[in-house]
Amino acid sequence: MARIDLVDLAHSYNGATADPSTFALKPTSMTWRQGGAYALLGPSGCGKTTLLNIISGIVRPSRGKVLFDDRDVMGLTTQQRNIAQVFQFPVIYDTMTVGENLAFPLKNRGMPRAEVEARVREIAELLDLGPHLARRASRLTADAKQKISLGRGLVRADVAAVLFDEPLTVIDPGLKWELRSKLKVLHRALDLTMIYVTHDQTEALTFADTVVVMHEGNVVQTGTPEELFTRPDHTFVGYFIGSPGMNVLPAEVSDREARVAGHTLGLARSYGAPPAGARIEIGIRPEFVHVSAPAPGLLTARLERIDDLGRSRYARVRVGDLKMAARVPNGMTVGEGEAGLVFDPAHIHVYADSRRCEGKA
Amino acid sequence: MEKIPNQKAWLLVLPVFALVAFSAVIPLMTVVNYSVQDTFGNNKFFWNGAGWYHELLDPSTELGGRFFASLWRNLAFSALVLTIEIPLGVVIALAMPREGLGVAFSLVVLALPLLIPWNVVGTIWQIFGRSDIGLLGWALNRLGFDYNYVANPIDAWLTIIVMDVWHWSSLVALLCYAGLKSIPEAYYQAASIDGASRWAVFTAIQLPKMRHVLVIAVLLRFMDSFMIYTEPFVVTGGGPGNSTTFLSIELVKLALGQFDLGKAAAMSIVYMLIIIIVCWVFFTVMTNAGRDREPTGSEP
Repeated sequence: MARIDLVDLAHSYNGATADPSTFALKPTSMTWRQGGAYALLGPSGCGKTTLLNIISGIVRPSRGKVLFDDRDVMGLTTQQRNIAQVFQFPVIYDTMTVGENLAFPLKNRGMPRAEVEARVREIAELLDLGPHLARRASRLTADAKQKISLGRGLVRADVAAVLFDEPLTVIDPGLKWELRSKLKVLHRALDLTMIYVTHDQTEALTFADTVVVMHEGNVVQTGTPEELFTRPDHTFVGYFIGSPGMNVLPAEVSDREARVAGHTLGLARSYGAPPAGARIEIGIRPEFVHVSAPAPGLLTARLERIDDLGRSRYARVRVGDLKMAARVPNGMTVGEGEAGLVFDPAHIHVYADSRRCEGKA
Repeated sequence: MEKIPNQKAWLLVLPVFALVAFSAVIPLMTVVNYSVQDTFGNNKFFWNGAGWYHELLDPSTELGGRFFASLWRNLAFSALVLTIEIPLGVVIALAMPREGLGVAFSLVVLALPLLIPWNVVGTIWQIFGRSDIGLLGWALNRLGFDYNYVANPIDAWLTIIVMDVWHWSSLVALLCYAGLKSIPEAYYQAASIDGASRWAVFTAIQLPKMRHVLVIAVLLRFMDSFMIYTEPFVVTGGGPGNSTTFLSIELVKLALGQFDLGKAAAMSIVYMLIIIIVCWVFFTVMTNAGRDREPTGSEP
């Protein structure tokens, strides 16, 4: 159990002398507090597995340090760092039974037999593996094998952190939900620091207290699911989190007004004059734009199609060359043709070069 | 869906039938044919029934005595080379580099003995081991060992076993190396996270993952060593005495030396059956060894 600090960490698979823009992990400093449930979220190839493998010691970073409770662990092996890690695909020891698989990390550390058995039983119960302890692990389904991998990650009570590298990829969708809730319960029950890598926003948002969003080797935002949703710090976060993603529109902003496609929108905060030369955009989630009948003073858009997501409907609309999504209010019938868009000024964010600008009230 | 009868399809398998007939069935049936007949030359054959088989399988007859003596020699030889080559091959494979220039280098070095024709291997060791001019034999004698494979049966056995180990351990090593390379990196990472010792990694990951290639290696090495002919024939000619006369050498003596086609054919058939049965038993045991008795399905 430990607080983990990353100090100016960067990594390139082509060595430290490679062009910094090609780094798999760009310089990053951050802190993971003891007992937190973190999700590391980002698309494939954004550097999240690299970051995870650096923490566990499988990959040596080109630059920077990792500290466990202020102790530099760069010289330590994975084993000495006392990290547990669960991989994307199940890793099981074919010749052993389910119980022996779970006991393996404990036996290797010389834990007394009685304690090993008690701990294995406890973890097996939590993962519903209890009835299968005596079975040979190689004969189980992928689901059950991955449960064993999870179990091996969780069986040691004294680990600094448990790292999950997209652990539910091979699991059935129905069981995914169940296992994820189970992990959340385990997190509360075992008081372990857990870092969960995924490219699936639902997984990240349901599992974690704190979500770390990565994009092209950078950590672009760290925050609660709520913060990521309402105040995305980076246009990528807005686009990646939420379905449909945030509308990002090129705009001209001055003080409390934004001009989009020739139309002026009022803003809730004052942005003064944005930095010269920067690419200025406004972002607003489809949840906060709604469709109404065309009217003077509203931005007029052409309806392209309606997506019915069950609980809510979203209209895909086009304003000139700009594509947007907007909520269709309940009960409203929309047909072909033109519509007016109503924006909620409180939820419009202004971005300069993809980074959110903090306005003044 | 209704099947359309089309007998022309038989024409398409005809080439395969012809090929298998000429390469396997016809030669085999010729041998079967010889094994139940006797001949005194002039291409005249007489029906002998199972006579040769009775004689062959009865150790008190001259033929049976020779057959069983060389059979035991063969089994002992196969057992010895297998117990040396399999562990040695595994150890070599484990010691080989996984990446970098060393991979190509060690692969080439290991493949070299496998590329040398068998009779050349025999000749190399025949000269290498000679106590008058051979480096090995001469050096051993100079060091005070009384080594002479031409006169001493134990020295002869040592020579052909060392020769076989030199020649074929690479094959086992290369097969095992391929098996090792197929283990995903995640297994080693997981093992290191689980705190596994080097020995635990070997027994829990590497050995189980190599099991299939090891089965192949054992089968290949058993068949090959059980059929060994060229190398001992070149080195010792089956001697001293009959101490290195294996079944294949015995067979050639019978068929070509004494022109006893019936006896030789009967021996060939029995020889072949032994190899097939041993391989079948071994393969069945090994492929079933990893299974539980419980049925598949019904998972948690």
